[in-house]
Amino acid sequence: MAIEAYRIDDRLVHGQVVVGWGQPLALGFIVLVDDLVADSAWEQELYRMGVPPEMTVHFESVAGALARLPAYRLLPARGLLLTGTTATMRALVEGDRAITRVSVGGLHHRAGRSPKLRYVFLDAAEEADLRAIGARGVEVSAQDVPGADPVPLEDLLTRSGG
Amino acid sequence: MSEGPRAVVAAHGDLAEGLVSAVFRVAGAAAASRLMPFSNATLGGAELVDALRHAVASTGAQVVFTDLPAGSCTIAARRIARESPGLAVVCGANLPMLLAFAMAPAGGPDTWRLAVEKGRAAMCVAEEGVRGD
Repeated sequence: MAIEAYRIDDRLVHGQVVVGWGQPLALGFIVLVDDLVADSAWEQELYRMGVPPEMTVHFESVAGALARLPAYRLLPARGLLLTGTTATMRALVEGDRAITRVSVGGLHHRAGRSPKLRYVFLDAAEEADLRAIGARGVEVSAQDVPGADPVPLEDLLTRSGG
Repeated sequence: MSEGPRAVVAAHGDLAEGLVSAVFRVAGAAAASRLMPFSNATLGGAELVDALRHAVASTGAQVVFTDLPAGSCTIAARRIARESPGLAVVCGANLPMLLAFAMAPAGGPDTWRLAVEKGRAAMCVAEEGVRGD
């Protein structure tokens, strides 16, 4: 099997990931890449609690993920890799050439971010991260749920509606 | 006289508003006023925690009802419960559960525990829908 999706989502593990994507993709595992969560047993328990028993969550730092991604790709189940920030995903893409597609699933409103879609708000640094990911030949788009049409990066960056 | 909210109902989309609206229709304004609806719409992880923390603090609620165990509302509520001893988080809220809670004479652990039992007991297959040929 393979890692079916590489998703950026500031809510990390939540309903849209576990149910919205988890069920149609028949996900067997999630690789949650976040240096803070990887260092906190309580944070890990918090995210693990909401996941159904047939789904495993692996918690990784960026360095740990880069070291173990090849092994995750060999697991017999389908997986999804999740980061909470564009910077984390950029670091993964720059260190792992096997990532060919990245999806922005949710970066919500906060100070300094500009609206792009209902579920995507970006600041200048995040736009730069996504451009850098795209410049490496990775297909970048925004898509919150499986039934929605993916919005390609160039289209996403020119939008100005929340 | 209304006593104000004793619980926050936190859910996806417009669900919390709808559930509290249904409590109003079934049990009246006094019962509905004991529940504050809260939506996670448009909020990122950190902003969701801040907004829900404010809702809990402003109402003095001792319980947060949420919809989905894996949902962002539940995760946010559990974060707040960690820093607020005495705050309960109940997942899988449904209308019978909220009615039992809101119509009880007082809040508190006994009330939400009983409400959970009511909500769980209310789930059933009322008709099998199987046709014999």
